[in-house]
Amino acid sequence: MRRQRSVDVLVVGAGPAGLAAAASLAGSGAATVEVLEREARAGGVPRHCHHGGFGRWGAATGPRYAEDLVEAALGAGAAVRAGVSATGWSGPLSVDTTGPHGLERITARAVVLATGARERPRTARLVPGSRPAGVFTTGELQQAVHVYRQEIGTRAVVVGAEPVSYAARSALRRAGVDVAALVTEEARAQVSRGRAAAARVPLLTGVSVAELLGRERLSGVRLRRRDGRERVLSCDTVVFTGDFVPDHELARRGGVLLDAGTRGPAVDMSFRTASPGVFAVGSGVHAVEPARVAAGEGVRVARAVRGHLGGVGWPCGAVPVVADAPLRWVAPNRLVPGASGGRFILRTAEALVCPVLVVRQDGRFLYRQRVLGAVLANRGLYLSGGWVGKVDAGGGPVRVAVG
Amino acid sequence: MSVTTKGPLPAEPYDVTVVGAGVVGSAIARELAGHHRLRVALVEASGDVGNGTSKANTAILHTGFDAVPGSLEARLVREGSRLLAAYAAESGIPVEPVGALLVAWNEEQLSALPGLLEKAERNGYDDARIIGADEVRAREPHLGEGALGALDVPGESIICPWTTTLAYATQAVRGGVDLHLNSEVQKVSSAPGADAQCHELSTPRGVVRTRYLINAAGLHADALDRRLLGRGEFTVTPRRGQLIVFDKLARDLVSHILLPVPTALGKGVLVAPTVYGNVLLGPTAEELDDKGATHTTHDGLADLRAKGRRILPALLDEEVTAVYAGLRAATEYDDYQIHSAPEERYITVGGIRSTGLTASMAIAEYVVGLLADAAGPDLDLTVGGNLDPVSMPNLGEAFPRPYQRADLIATDPAYGSIVCHCERVTRGEIRDALISTVPPGSLDGLRRRTRARGGRCQGFYCGAAVRELFDGWGESGAAR
Ligand SMILES: Cc1cc2nc3c(=O)[nH]c(=O)nc-3n(C[C@H](O)[C@H](O)[C@H](O)COP(=O)(O)OP(=O)(O)OC[C@H]3O[C@@H](n4cnc5c(N)ncnc54)[C@H](O)[C@@H]3O)c2cc1C
Ligand SMILES: Cc1cc2nc3c(=O)[nH]c(=O)nc-3n(C[C@H](O)[C@H](O)[C@H](O)COP(=O)(O)OP(=O)(O)OC[C@H]3O[C@@H](n4cnc5c(N)ncnc54)[C@H](O)[C@@H]3O)c2cc1C
Repeated sequence: MRRQRSVDVLVVGAGPAGLAAAASLAGSGAATVEVLEREARAGGVPRHCHHGGFGRWGAATGPRYAEDLVEAALGAGAAVRAGVSATGWSGPLSVDTTGPHGLERITARAVVLATGARERPRTARLVPGSRPAGVFTTGELQQAVHVYRQEIGTRAVVVGAEPVSYAARSALRRAGVDVAALVTEEARAQVSRGRAAAARVPLLTGVSVAELLGRERLSGVRLRRRDGRERVLSCDTVVFTGDFVPDHELARRGGVLLDAGTRGPAVDMSFRTASPGVFAVGSGVHAVEPARVAAGEGVRVARAVRGHLGGVGWPCGAVPVVADAPLRWVAPNRLVPGASGGRFILRTAEALVCPVLVVRQDGRFLYRQRVLGAVLANRGLYLSGGWVGKVDAGGGPVRVAVG
Repeated sequence: MSVTTKGPLPAEPYDVTVVGAGVVGSAIARELAGHHRLRVALVEASGDVGNGTSKANTAILHTGFDAVPGSLEARLVREGSRLLAAYAAESGIPVEPVGALLVAWNEEQLSALPGLLEKAERNGYDDARIIGADEVRAREPHLGEGALGALDVPGESIICPWTTTLAYATQAVRGGVDLHLNSEVQKVSSAPGADAQCHELSTPRGVVRTRYLINAAGLHADALDRRLLGRGEFTVTPRRGQLIVFDKLARDLVSHILLPVPTALGKGVLVAPTVYGNVLLGPTAEELDDKGATHTTHDGLADLRAKGRRILPALLDEEVTAVYAGLRAATEYDDYQIHSAPEERYITVGGIRSTGLTASMAIAEYVVGLLADAAGPDLDLTVGGNLDPVSMPNLGEAFPRPYQRADLIATDPAYGSIVCHCERVTRGEIRDALISTVPPGSLDGLRRRTRARGGRCQGFYCGAAVRELFDGWGESGAAR
């Protein structure tokens, strides 16, 4: 009893990446474009970020930015259906959905996965201790504060000192919660010193959360310094921030090849996955970049999708691109013959000062790039792609290393 | 029929009161509800049923193949396993008969298998057999290197422990039992004068009077025993088991319950699928003296990961969904401690160690039998009222869930409205749980009834929305 339908392009996920892709595709008028969003409203994560820092000049708030993206997609003629979840596949390009109006099976000529990312919660980080109430991720906290206006607690500890951690700090302040400290295992905040100072909150560096305490409700966190010394910080709320991971369930259930580094679908410079007709963009591919980067990928994937609809063949065979430690991952991470230009995003596990990135294939030197300034752990680092034409399509993996 | 969570308790005496609404106490209350002439109470310290050990186990419906032959436990596990399998089928409690492989990793373990096979046979379990390394590998291709053979126990199953306890409690309440939550029994005395036939149980909500008392207080059964009898028949030493729950995307890595060859401390660390579609790794076995120590530890989790890497290496690359710990009610004895004290009109059901979920229905039958013996004509336990069957929400992946059912969504769009995306829990299911016979006392109780907030994101997406529904329904807001 599934209704069966067909569209030209099915976009899964109405965040910045999916909406931007839908707007450019529908705008070109060549195709019927439908966007599915499992949340009650379209817009993705920015909808929950009631702070500035979005849009071209960083002037818009998250909800405003999200609204503009939804308007643009609708205005261009895309169908945006909120409250509808893509729950699985019934064929290589057929997606099963559930919504209040029933079950559907939507077959498309191209599927764009734009499913976003989540923060690893306490459990996935294997933080031991009791299981009390009062434990959040930023995602949950922001919705609780901004969308539902719920009571949070009275005194919080924020785990992490990345941009998102400071967003958590603002949400807590909005909710009237005292923030006892931000704690990070890193040696410094993962934001500019100015921004860290402006937050006016104690920052404990070189510290990890060893245990959560309390029975029904959190009563404190036990912190451990690198030298092993411990102390208990009392609080009734703890927010685990950052440590993003792509929401790759749909990709994986569809047999889409994943990249071991990003944990998202492996994609080429045109955001094509290894599965013909399936594209992937945004935080679902590499978690997490600023929203405009995700939206930019949406615009770029539209070009590739149009090519696919117009009959450009799907590349078979690709050379993987891998990042060597201390680099964590690189995206895109598949190079197909004839690829050109573009930019690579990387993450490093450790802070680097003016690193030199070196690209090699089978030991053969391809490219070297100096990155100016200090690069903080878990922050983005970019590598230009002028060298991709030199890659031997029959060769081994391309490696990006700090040289 | 009533469930109370606050306010004074009824003054009128009960015929029978069961203390502790774990899987065992709830099963006993359900069994008693079948005798509808009795006034029965089920009294629970916490705010929900199944909130103690019963919520935190490995969720296996055992065959009892490895029990101590001839023990009460062996008998009740064997009987209970059959009873619960049939009850689950009738009530919609998910059970998957995946079977177990008891894997030998070295020569010593391999040489222990024939003894275990023989033990299984002495326990009346005839379906086990020993299989070689090749067959083990063929049946579990992701198993780590070096498995030499296994005891194949096809009868072992996985079950949902949460809806099991809930089904018992629901049926008991619908059958007329009064369930009093937030009522920790702190003192027990006998009433003076006319009510001399009654035990008086003091709780923070007042006194419960009861003619007969059944102690199913799990980890605290020994304390109640001492309070009532002035002596204890046994001492409970909690034995903690920590567990790691891996993401549903790991489910394809394993198809059987992978048991280790047992040691003196217990069954050891296993890898098992869950009916919710996850994979469990655990439990540890740690002797403690704190009955509240249900927290996980750094060393415990590290130990599990080391053991898990040996059993199923690829599992360790998967995301972790949850970590938790449960406490087994171990005693100085090798068997359940079920004792009747007819003079005191009292039965202790203690030391229900690591098999209580499986044995629960058989324990209940056994205990009601002891009660009949103790009470004689004083209690009419012969009238078996027919309990209306219950139909539990299906939390199992092997059966259609509401979000997959066009028929259900057509009758009510709320079943097509997914709130918790990782676990695919719909608004309709959350509403049903909140207005059910035994409604959840907390968000965790709601999770055990629906799985909402129990998935890989742990509320990143749905946490606030689920809390909104929880606060909006129930007592305060009635579907605001
Ligand atoms: C807490 C937080 C704070 C941030 N702050 C900033 C900031 O200040 N400035 C900034 O520029 N960026 C910020 N970011 C980053 C920014 O939000 C992301 O870059 C951007 O949202 C990524 O867009 P996306 O479309 O890839 O994913 P998302 O915005 O995550 O959207 C993905 C969408 O897909 C939907 N979806 C997933 N699976 C399915 C399915 N199976 N069926 C239907 N729908 C599905 C999800 O519900 C979601 O709405 C922040 C991110 C977070 C998490
Ligand atoms: C790690 C682990 C793995 C296990 N695996 C399995 C398995 O795979 N299969 C299986 O069959 N069994 C298993 N078990 C065993 C099973 O979980 C237990 O035997 C069973 O849950 C015991 O139920 P119970 O009702 O006796 O105890 P509980 O569930 O603890 O219930 C006792 C109740 O009494 C209440 N209480 C205590 N004192 C008082 C008081 N003074 N007043 C009022 N109320 C009180 C408590 O709040 C509690 O709710 C496992 C156990 C553990 C710990």
